[in-house]
Amino acid sequence: MSAGQRPLRAVPAWLWGLLAAALAAQLALHAGTPKSGDRAEDLPPAPSAAVLRLSSFGEPEALARIVMLYLQAFDLGGNNSLPYRRLDYGRLIGWLKSIVALDPRSQYPLFCAARVYADTPDPSRMRQMLEFIYGEFFADPNRRWPWLAEAALLAKHDLKDLPLARRYAAAIDRYTTAPDVPLWAKQMEIFILEDMNELDAARIMLGGLLASGKITDPGELRLLRRRLDELERREWSK
Amino acid sequence: MPTAILARLVLLEARRSALPWLAAASIALALLLATFLSAVALTEGRELRIAVVAALLRACAVFLVAMQVASSVQREIDDKGLEQMLSLPFPRAVQYLGRLAGFAVCAIGLAVLFALPLAPWAAAGPLALWAASLALECTLVAAAALFFSMSLAQLVGAISATLALYLLARSMAAIQAIAAGPLATESLGGELARWVVDALAFLLPRLDAVTRTEWLLYGAPAASDYARALGSLALYAVLVSAAGLFDFYRRAS
Repeated sequence: MSAGQRPLRAVPAWLWGLLAAALAAQLALHAGTPKSGDRAEDLPPAPSAAVLRLSSFGEPEALARIVMLYLQAFDLGGNNSLPYRRLDYGRLIGWLKSIVALDPRSQYPLFCAARVYADTPDPSRMRQMLEFIYGEFFADPNRRWPWLAEAALLAKHDLKDLPLARRYAAAIDRYTTAPDVPLWAKQMEIFILEDMNELDAARIMLGGLLASGKITDPGELRLLRRRLDELERREWSK
Repeated sequence: MPTAILARLVLLEARRSALPWLAAASIALALLLATFLSAVALTEGRELRIAVVAALLRACAVFLVAMQVASSVQREIDDKGLEQMLSLPFPRAVQYLGRLAGFAVCAIGLAVLFALPLAPWAAAGPLALWAASLALECTLVAAAALFFSMSLAQLVGAISATLALYLLARSMAAIQAIAAGPLATESLGGELARWVVDALAFLLPRLDAVTRTEWLLYGAPAASDYARALGSLALYAVLVSAAGLFDFYRRAS
């Protein structure tokens, strides 16, 4: 108690009661309100990049990543009525496009497009996501080629669409110019054409990415290893 | 040196106020939030942490500086301390600039303190540039807050005007892009709106070009761009200070 305050007994009893009742009502109200994740709400339409840029107040890099986390909550959270395989992919791609436009150098949206959203059993949705990756690749081929390489593998092994896989592989060869793009990526069209199973191809690509030392994020490393394990299990079960 | 004495008084008041505790709470909150968010990130965890901490601490630094300046000046006005000071045989420029120097040192100290939590993740060079830019940005906010506090002589009005100027300056590039975008109408009204937005942009500092998180994530900016951005900010700080001094000289008592 500071020198400027009167003792607690100076507070009238009715005020103690009112304070306690208001606090109890507040807690009861919150306890009775369902969590927002429990509501069966779907992904809302994507805001434009300009609107996101305006809302970022000059911090597009921070907002882009926070919006990615928000987007993740619609699939990985598990509380949504629609797991990501049944998300509206048109809207999802709209969100991803806005995020890419907000921070073009962030790899997060294309990482999720290639490794999360394209990994769906629905061929039409997978195709939509692969085309999104292909479209975005041309804006910055030297930085975005790993995601198109992933797309090429998915097109070959999951969609069984060899011409599509070759189109993606050829784009990597034709449009990447940076000296640090590995040879296997430049020659991807060759091993797309080879009679190689999915596990071997993924081992070359993901193993190459891991060996290059470019992937340092622990979360991404975990996801890569889990993906390789899943492929291995799938091959064993065959 | 009356200027130095006035500056020292301002710093002493800041040290004895809640400012150090609020600064520490801001750092703790930013680190906590960044740790939580980076834990749920699938990739770019380090980048997410840097971006969130930098953005939050930048906003906190500006808000704290504006609040400190406005509340300090308001207290001085309410206690008739300002009137008493004006009766002393010092030029008004010394009185105004002495206070401004104190608030500027306070702003620089806060910027340096807020750069420290980023040191474990960001490269030293870009972080030093970011901190210097934040220091100048906070100094500009201090100058603007002093100007509005002295001229409006109202706490809520001064804080609102300072933050409105700041937020508008940070969003102006995005507003201009929307106004000139393909969805903008070609009517006379649309043209007029674009003209007003462009005219407004001329009167505001380019806060969207300074203290950029992208420096911490993707590398330092070109020296010429950096110098131009900070130079324009310094020029605006001089402009606001001159305007404040102009108003202070016209003050009756």
